Amino acid sequence: MIRLLPWLYLAAAFAFIYLPVGALVLFSFQAGNLPVPPFNGPSTRWYADVLADDDLTGALANSLLVALGSSAVAVSLGFGAAYGLARHVLPGSALLRGLLIAPLTVSYLIVGLGLLIVLTRAGLGLSLWTAAIGHVVINLPLAFAILYASMGAQQVNAERAARDLGADEARVVLLVTVPMLMPAIAAAFFLSVTLSWDEFIIAFLLTRFDVTLPVEIWSMLRSGLSPRLNAIGSLVFLVSVTAVVILETLVFRKRRP
Amino acid sequence: MTARAERMRGWGFVAPALIWTLAFFVVPFLVMGAMSLATLEGRTLVWGVSLANYAELTEKAYLWRAILVSLEITLTVTVVSVLLAYPLASIIAFRVPPRWQRLALLLAILPFWTSYVVRSYAWLLVLAREGVVNQALLGLGLLSEPVTLANTRFATVTGFVHFFVMLLTLTIYANLIQLSPNYRRAATDLGASAFQTFCHVTLPLALPGIVTGAFLTFVLCIGDYVTPQILGGNTELTVPQVIMVQLGRRADFPLASALAIVLMGIVTLAYLASARWLRLDRL
Repeated sequence: MIRLLPWLYLAAAFAFIYLPVGALVLFSFQAGNLPVPPFNGPSTRWYADVLADDDLTGALANSLLVALGSSAVAVSLGFGAAYGLARHVLPGSALLRGLLIAPLTVSYLIVGLGLLIVLTRAGLGLSLWTAAIGHVVINLPLAFAILYASMGAQQVNAERAARDLGADEARVVLLVTVPMLMPAIAAAFFLSVTLSWDEFIIAFLLTRFDVTLPVEIWSMLRSGLSPRLNAIGSLVFLVSVTAVVILETLVFRKRRP
Repeated sequence: MTARAERMRGWGFVAPALIWTLAFFVVPFLVMGAMSLATLEGRTLVWGVSLANYAELTEKAYLWRAILVSLEITLTVTVVSVLLAYPLASIIAFRVPPRWQRLALLLAILPFWTSYVVRSYAWLLVLAREGVVNQALLGLGLLSEPVTLANTRFATVTGFVHFFVMLLTLTIYANLIQLSPNYRRAATDLGASAFQTFCHVTLPLALPGIVTGAFLTFVLCIGDYVTPQILGGNTELTVPQVIMVQLGRRADFPLASALAIVLMGIVTLAYLASARWLRLDRL
């Protein structure tokens, strides 16, 4: 009995971990109007309903746009900063690194609040653009940290060789450094996309009429339990898991060259 | 190339990221700090250096109460999560065969890739009066009528604990797996009981992982708006909820800013309290 105890604990822990997502996915196939027991299905009517909802599909497209756009900007800026700090001797570089990492230490609510105050003071309207600006702020430190850590000595020699052969700085970066760092760049990009895709509070504070998916889901929540929410939640789960599997294989490939 | 030209080129690469961080993080942050010292007269904002907003925090019961509620919930969540996560991490690190450990951790993380808003909703689904838990307990004859679980502090804590057990399991596991089994073997050889080995050998060595995870839990939990808003109902509000109320209905930016600064102050205190054992670079 004592020997079995750890395994029972493990099973109980996994049951606890999977309970909500299990209920979410199961009752997304509910035929009736309430996503609670008893289960009467399976039916795909709520998926059809969700995919036919223009507000939701619009929000989904907005989310993808904001996630891909803000991640592209975050990774480009992060790459530039990592390259500049790793390859050039700059005064106060420790301070610069600290400054670039700083947004990680502040909660998203406070990042969003600060931006909201400045934007409304400056009289700028809220839109998907402002949400994307906020997402770059939170993802830039991660992209920078990942890329800075992966700027190793092995690329320096290749860069030097390219320079000796007459390549200018732009060619060195684009034809040597970027291809060599591709796994890290891709990892930073996908991590950034996943975080932006799922981010709620900054998007909630900084958008107005066009909103991202988490904000749209939030407004649907006001009408209480509904299998539509289960269906959209299950779809988001599917997309995120796919992104994670891509990220995982990329990171794996980096570890075992 | 001269050293000067070389340095200019370096700045050229760093400048875009630096300008972005200054414009959209540092400046807003400073403005928020200044805003917390401003006051609202009627609906017009008066800049200045006034501690009125901070004084209000101690004078108005609902504001003070929000700070206490946030602290109570966060401390409960941190303690419960550590107590539940440690055995789980320890079982995965010491009982599960090495080749299955990575899979076990991956499976433990997987459900958290649902949308963050949807995750809290899913708990609402489970804890509702007609929900899975109540139906199961009724079906087993353990309850004669459904109990209210959703829209309570219990629901908020459950939703938080669910997420943070996962997070803590990762940080504690990462720490435990680095410990050489020789330490525990030596303790056993010297006659220590399993309990003594745990108290005097394993636990002290695992402390950095526990404290790092607990610190992250504290920081993320106290700053979260979504979980208490969806699961907690409106009987008691946390600091992030009060901040959102100030922003929405009353547009009281100075008070919201002061609350945000207080939140950061609490996080800084938590950092100072745990700095000795923190290993944030290892994450």
